[in-house]
Amino acid sequence: MRDERRVISVVTLNEHGVLSRISGLFAGRGYNIESLTVAPIPNSDYSHLTIETEGNERVLEQIVKQLHKLIPVLKVTDHCKETVVEKEMALIKFPVSEPISDIDALSRAYNGSIVNTGEDVFIVMVADEPKRVRNFINIIQKYHPKEVALSGVVAIER
Amino acid sequence: MQMTGAQMVIEALRLEGVKNVFGYPGGAVLNIYDEIYKQDHFKHFLTRHEQAAVMAADGYARSSGDVGVAIVTSGPGFTNAVTGIATAYSDSTPMVIISGQVPTSLIGTDAFQEIDAVGISRPCTKHNYLVKSASELPRIIKEAFYIARSGRPGPVHIDIPKDVTAEMASFTYPDAIKMRTYNPTYKGNIKQIKKAAEAIAKAKKPVFYIGGGAVLAEAGDLIREIVELTKIPTVETLMALGTIPHDHPQRLGMVGMHGSYASNMAMSEADLMIAFGPRFDDRVTGKLSEFAKHARIIHVDIDPSSIGKIVEIDYPIVGDLKHVLEEMIPIVKQKVDPDKYETWRNTLKRYNEIHPLGYKDSDAVLKPQWVVEKVGQMLGDKAVVTTDVGQHQMWAAQFYPFSYQRQWVTSGGLGTMGFGLPSALGAKIANPKKTVINFSGDGSILMNIQDLMTATEYNVPFVNIILNNNYLGMVRQWQTMFYQNRLAESVIEMQPDFVKLVESFGGVGYRVETKKDFEAALEDAIKSNKVAMIDVVVNRNEHVLPMVPTGGALYNMILTDKEQ
Repeated sequence: MRDERRVISVVTLNEHGVLSRISGLFAGRGYNIESLTVAPIPNSDYSHLTIETEGNERVLEQIVKQLHKLIPVLKVTDHCKETVVEKEMALIKFPVSEPISDIDALSRAYNGSIVNTGEDVFIVMVADEPKRVRNFINIIQKYHPKEVALSGVVAIER
Repeated sequence: MQMTGAQMVIEALRLEGVKNVFGYPGGAVLNIYDEIYKQDHFKHFLTRHEQAAVMAADGYARSSGDVGVAIVTSGPGFTNAVTGIATAYSDSTPMVIISGQVPTSLIGTDAFQEIDAVGISRPCTKHNYLVKSASELPRIIKEAFYIARSGRPGPVHIDIPKDVTAEMASFTYPDAIKMRTYNPTYKGNIKQIKKAAEAIAKAKKPVFYIGGGAVLAEAGDLIREIVELTKIPTVETLMALGTIPHDHPQRLGMVGMHGSYASNMAMSEADLMIAFGPRFDDRVTGKLSEFAKHARIIHVDIDPSSIGKIVEIDYPIVGDLKHVLEEMIPIVKQKVDPDKYETWRNTLKRYNEIHPLGYKDSDAVLKPQWVVEKVGQMLGDKAVVTTDVGQHQMWAAQFYPFSYQRQWVTSGGLGTMGFGLPSALGAKIANPKKTVINFSGDGSILMNIQDLMTATEYNVPFVNIILNNNYLGMVRQWQTMFYQNRLAESVIEMQPDFVKLVESFGGVGYRVETKKDFEAALEDAIKSNKVAMIDVVVNRNEHVLPMVPTGGALYNMILTDKEQ
């Protein structure tokens, strides 16, 4: 069985220690976490987690079942590629010596813009599909980015 | 009603119908123990180690079906309890473990006797709670008992900071419970059940593969009914022993690493495996690529994550075994012709005749298997049997004639040495009218020996039978078979005088080397109505056979011992 990348959404009660239950489950059972995002769902006592993981079909099935077995977990959705909207955000810091207008133009192509400028550095934000964000980060390497911060994937079913 | 957190704990245990609690006091649980002192709703047994408290609660739960309860203090009290909790988790025992914690204001400061208890218990409990305020306690304790006993049972841990046990709050114990995020599936999908029944009707070589879930679901009667109805050959895992009476014509014996030849061959040659509540443990399946190679598989389990975890399942049914069997049996009754499996039954019968489960008895030296058989002949269904872990455990599993569920208490999943004595204590408290036998080894028995004291203090009599070979026998067996007999740290040169040892605790002891002496000692031990220990000197180099070497296919068994 081949390993594949998968995005899984989890809705859990927003209570003490729930994140450690989930990250502990992944660590204890040897599953990969590529990225994990978590935030409360507005006007509810639930949180939404998006986990980007990798594994073969049996592992992925177990991840879903094991997540569901956790008592505070309400819903687990294993997203197939076609039915999900995935976005990821990146913040990238450049030295002011780099060509700011080129970088700005490029970032616009990736749903981004310059979000902060200072005396020594300026910061660019892009928000796009994870694959495109990776692509953007590859492209801008020639502008000597000083620092890159990725948000992890956020996903929602269509 | 207003009361303190500690009073709530007592009141909740009373309302849950708890009759016996095992525990050990300490700083963080002083308020709870003060309330225990004042009440007479349940009896508290002071064990001599927290591990034994949890294991006694476990033995109590396994032999009775009730939820076991243990109370320990924070820090070392809790960490001592962890092995017991993990043991219960591995075998899905319903339990509630209450631990004290340092006051909320000190949490996170590395205070005296502080440890992140919920952090430690998370991977070895079904669920756990850190109680933040007394007002949460009624709901949390109600949920804990509900979670422990419902669905796939398991231990639930409640960590209560000391200030919470002193805090006053209003107590209303919920009558019913409804949890938004936890609803086990009890009813199986009827379409799947029909498909499974059809598969049984079509099969030529079916086998029932019964696991510990059959005990947890209390499905013994229904399983016997479907076995008798279909006359399909049946194997049991270590955890299921007693579900099918030992002398039932359809029972092939235990399956797996030390299973019978006929059982393992039935699994290997079957064209349909009907799995009722097992979990396809590696000690059962052997080499996976060779496991059930010719079989389609029906798997009934209440835990969806058990299905398809190890092997692919053709007919998955998520549900409670009892519910599923109630629906499956009438369909099977219509469709299945038991005569159809006659040839298959004869094949397996022949296998059993060629390689029956057995041993070579001796008059010169006591054989451990003989000891187990003898206890079986003398006590049979009058005894509840607990064990430690090792060779003696396998011999007890192979040779004791079990005839009902919950007659057999053993640490199967975690394989915890030291489980036998405290679990026997719990089993005897749950079954005061039965004789309780703990089969142990000279290695295991010393791992919780301190709790002989609890047994004598509360006058809970049971008989510990040590199959003493001056070895850590199972380790020695592997070293002999797979490590060219390099006996690294498995030879037990020094031993206490077990007779004097048990006497010093207030019990009775015997050391025997002959059949006659053993019989006399067992009779005397039972008659004494005291905690007893029979140190049985057995043949040192006996091997547990048959054996499937790790990683080997189930059909490749070592059947005879060159040494013997």
